Amino acid sequence: MKSKKQLIENIIHGVFLILGLITVACVLVITIYLLVAGIPAINKIGFMKFMFGTKWAPTASEPAYGILPFILTSVYGTSGAIILGVPVGFFTSVYLAKFASPKMKKIVETAVSLLAGIPSVVYGLVGMIVLVPAVRKVFNLPDGASLFAAIIILAIMILPSIIKVSMTSLEAVPPEYEEGSFALGATPVETYFRVSVTAAKSGIVAAIVLGVGRAIGEAMAVIMVSGNVANMPSLFQSVRFLTTAVSSEMSYVSAGSLHQQALFSIALVLFFFIMLINACLNFFLKRDKTN
Amino acid sequence: MRKMKKAIIFTLSAIMAISMLTGCGGGGEELSGTVSTDGSTSMEKVIGALGESFEGNNEGVTFTYNPTGSGSGITAVAEGRCDIGLASRSLKDEEKAEGLVETVLAYDGIAVIVNPENPVEDLTMEQIADIFTGKITNWKDVGGADGEIVLIGREAGSGTRDGFESITETEEACAYRQELTSTGDVITTVAGNPNAIGYASLASISDEVKALKVGGVSPSEETIKDATYAIQRPFVLVTKEGTDLSDVAQAFFDYITGPDANAIIVEAGVVPAN
Repeated sequence: MKSKKQLIENIIHGVFLILGLITVACVLVITIYLLVAGIPAINKIGFMKFMFGTKWAPTASEPAYGILPFILTSVYGTSGAIILGVPVGFFTSVYLAKFASPKMKKIVETAVSLLAGIPSVVYGLVGMIVLVPAVRKVFNLPDGASLFAAIIILAIMILPSIIKVSMTSLEAVPPEYEEGSFALGATPVETYFRVSVTAAKSGIVAAIVLGVGRAIGEAMAVIMVSGNVANMPSLFQSVRFLTTAVSSEMSYVSAGSLHQQALFSIALVLFFFIMLINACLNFFLKRDKTN
Repeated sequence: MRKMKKAIIFTLSAIMAISMLTGCGGGGEELSGTVSTDGSTSMEKVIGALGESFEGNNEGVTFTYNPTGSGSGITAVAEGRCDIGLASRSLKDEEKAEGLVETVLAYDGIAVIVNPENPVEDLTMEQIADIFTGKITNWKDVGGADGEIVLIGREAGSGTRDGFESITETEEACAYRQELTSTGDVITTVAGNPNAIGYASLASISDEVKALKVGGVSPSEETIKDATYAIQRPFVLVTKEGTDLSDVAQAFFDYITGPDANAIIVEAGVVPAN
């Protein structure tokens, strides 16, 4: 009887181990595949020409494969979204964690959760039909699809992750810190911004990094509002991001061509950026734990 | 325990039977099995209508269409992932060298579209080429209101873009303001901007946008059929040389290239080739 129980126990352990390994295997397979598929084109085109070339014309008779416009667009777009989104998200999370009445907090929290649940294609569609024409009229441009429109959409899309993660870390600040500050005669605003925010610093930085990750990896929403032309980035010009560079041409490219391999190389560059951001995130979260 | 074994054997054999059925496509007198097509999104309407009618005529046949784009469809045939590939352009020489064969199913007119508010009705081929290459940048130069022309195009590799640029001889020279990834996006964008001009296949044009005349000829079935409307391209069925289609796929191929299918092709807004 006992050995039978032991056997079942072992089998279940084995099953769980396999399930756990599936995740690891997926990550490994994707990483290896991207490296194998992405490196040949970089070698063929030349690393400098690929990373710092300013012209992308893969179907031209003399093809050019420079992805600097995409890299800069992704960097500018993400920075823009952070500049607009972080202040709003940060102050919202401070308000929700410290100032808001329970009822208000519940309403806003529900709204934030809903915002997180809206599919990105819906952001894109609303952006395309409402935001793009609005940008065209407000700034008196010939066309509204631009880096600016993409930044606005991205800023809204990263709000939920910034708000939720910073809120959690603000709420985790031990109440003794704040009580001590009150006891010394500090006002609530002084206490929350000087004591609570300082104590929750790494969590808030982690929230911002998470937002960066979300913004740089977004494809569907920006493809619909950014105009998608491989220009060097400028605020009111049509631009193309790293993500959309891959997705917009992948479906039409002929298999095995240098063009297709170059798209994999773009994916590899994007993957590298996201790995970098994840490493930052891990760094901040670990520091949070050791403190 | 024994009961369980029986159940497992039964399930396994049932799965095998099903997979054999779908895998081999039957092969009896009655047609049954699956015809899979893959490719051009522009061909969705026509191939969907043809597939539906073929399914209606032959019970037990399943028709699938995977709207991935011309390039993906051609790849899918080359790799044997579908029976018939769909491309809204002729095959390139390098694709033919891989042993792929094209059969023209129909001709599609590409309409040049503007916002309905735009007073311009008619452009010549030269004017269209000059507009898309950026030589003409204001609507007043072609008889419209004063306003910067906004060029809306498709992404590199799109069959519609390839078709439009090769016919108007503007390859590699188009200075697009936006490169969108679907016909629907182009129509929505042109419908939302009074200064926009774009192109889309005639079959998918809606009332939201206005199709321009080209050299005095408005795009329609008749003008495409008699070749007076200049901007048109082939819809191509792609198969692989040396690989026989399954019985059911061959029957489908014969049906859609035969005379019975013409009425359906016409109804889908394109002009039959056979």
